[in-house]
Amino acid sequence: MAERKPIRWHIAVFLAPAVAVYTAIMIVPLFATLNLSLFNLVDGVKSFVGLDNFRTLFGDPRWSASFWNALGNNAWFFVVHMLVQNPIGVALAALLSSPRLRMAAFYRTAIFIPTILSFVIVGFVWKLILSPIWGIAPGMLDAVGLKALFAPWLGKEAYALTTLALISVWQFVGIPMMLIYAALLSIPDEVLEAAEMDGVTGASQFWKIKLPLILPSIGIISILTFVGNFNAFDLIYVSQGALAGPNYATDILGTFLYRTFFGFQLQLGDPHMGASIATAMFLIILAGVSVYLFAIQTRLRRYQF
Amino acid sequence: MSQARTSTRRTIAAHAVLITYTLIALFPVFVVVINSFKSRKAIFSEPLALPSASTFDAVGYRTVLEQGDFLLYFQNSLTVTVASLFFVLLFGAMAAFALSEYRFRGNLLMGLYLALGIMIPIRLGTVAILQMMVAGGLVNTLTALILVYTAQGLPLAVFILSEFMRGVSDDLKSAGRIDGLSEYRIFFTLVLPLIRPAMATVAVFTMIPIWNDLWFPLILAPAESSKTVTLGSQVFIGQFVTNWNAVLAALSLAILPVLVLYLAFSRQLIRGITAGAVK
Repeated sequence: MAERKPIRWHIAVFLAPAVAVYTAIMIVPLFATLNLSLFNLVDGVKSFVGLDNFRTLFGDPRWSASFWNALGNNAWFFVVHMLVQNPIGVALAALLSSPRLRMAAFYRTAIFIPTILSFVIVGFVWKLILSPIWGIAPGMLDAVGLKALFAPWLGKEAYALTTLALISVWQFVGIPMMLIYAALLSIPDEVLEAAEMDGVTGASQFWKIKLPLILPSIGIISILTFVGNFNAFDLIYVSQGALAGPNYATDILGTFLYRTFFGFQLQLGDPHMGASIATAMFLIILAGVSVYLFAIQTRLRRYQF
Repeated sequence: MSQARTSTRRTIAAHAVLITYTLIALFPVFVVVINSFKSRKAIFSEPLALPSASTFDAVGYRTVLEQGDFLLYFQNSLTVTVASLFFVLLFGAMAAFALSEYRFRGNLLMGLYLALGIMIPIRLGTVAILQMMVAGGLVNTLTALILVYTAQGLPLAVFILSEFMRGVSDDLKSAGRIDGLSEYRIFFTLVLPLIRPAMATVAVFTMIPIWNDLWFPLILAPAESSKTVTLGSQVFIGQFVTNWNAVLAALSLAILPVLVLYLAFSRQLIRGITAGAVK
């Protein structure tokens, strides 16, 4: 009879610290939050209420109006990123990766700088620039004769959210740029040489050869953008406050969660409704990630070089 | 010959686009930094002018240094970031080694479990994390932040590091085993030094979000003694919102440390991204 293999304790020792911290601080609280959304205070006692919190969230006109407003704003926030940030990122990466481009390292480093700044800096810097009092933005528009176009963008309900989304695009365009740049560099020279032999160069080379090859990276960027946007909070909080003014026009799920959980002004914080909103966000993000993993990623063709 | 001309024209166009975008990226930072050195009057009358001898004024910096406890905030941020980074790298590398080196039942499952955190943000568990920290008496301590950031950083660290560890030569490890080294010695003396470049990449990726985070300091550690630089400058700016000199100086001071860190590590960061972690 073969001797049983001794237990390899070192595997457990190597895994234990990471698994313990990760489970205790991340996984357990996540499920505790999901669980907490099924409870509420009934006559001052915490009791199980099933899906009642969600009934309130979606059924009560006051709650559901706030929720749908935040979700709609969040969706628009995401759309702006997908339509502006990612195409600009791809375009910059395509330019950067063109062969024998001088100063590429400088451009790359400089364009990535906004990404490393904290939201506090970004939020206030843009608030100052767009401020009608200080007047850098109106002054600059005046210089090119477009002063009439200026409006206090962050203060107008119609523009505030789009303005903030564009600020966020300004900040994060470096991420798609870097990832696509890496993907473009990993395309082997033989493929590009073969294309050149066939007379496919310049723009058509980009559309016909490179773009299909970097589609998987674009997929990863899209899902990262999705998760990041539906989890965003800081920029709105820093520039518009927890009330996400003007008149909740810039309220997204993150600020809505913060206000509900911690309360603001006269409204008291409500951990149970907060947990319900966090659960809704969890389900939205999970749905997005699943769509990506099962519907998009499996269909993207990957090329092995 | 005509081909050469179009390629020159294309290069010029590429530079023009890239320079334009570089200006857009750097302009706001530039505006803040130059104006932080000017007098209040000059800030308003000539916002785009460089500070000159007549407009130079460091009153903003004096206000920041006198009013805010920035030295303490800076120290807090540094403690939190360095400690979290240390634990993320150590625990992450250990787990990555276990996952990539040994075959055991549940290996794949464990890998997936740890990778879950890359996609699901830790913020969604905030409600329960706060309750836990209250129960453990850790509210307003740096320990709470270090724990949270360690958990937050681990999934990506394990993922990237195990990719790299698969590339470490087996011969080397076998030679170590024949020489009678324990598995721990093999990890700490043979493998760790070899994956240093990957560790640097993970360090940069982990460090930036920790240094810049506002959510957890705001919720778990808002007390004066445990404020981080990010939260401290947010609160300071909120209080001094009409004192433009002070606001601009605070912003410049907050930009400086990340900028220095980034420029020091940027080569490493780019090498790490382009090394094929994302393909």
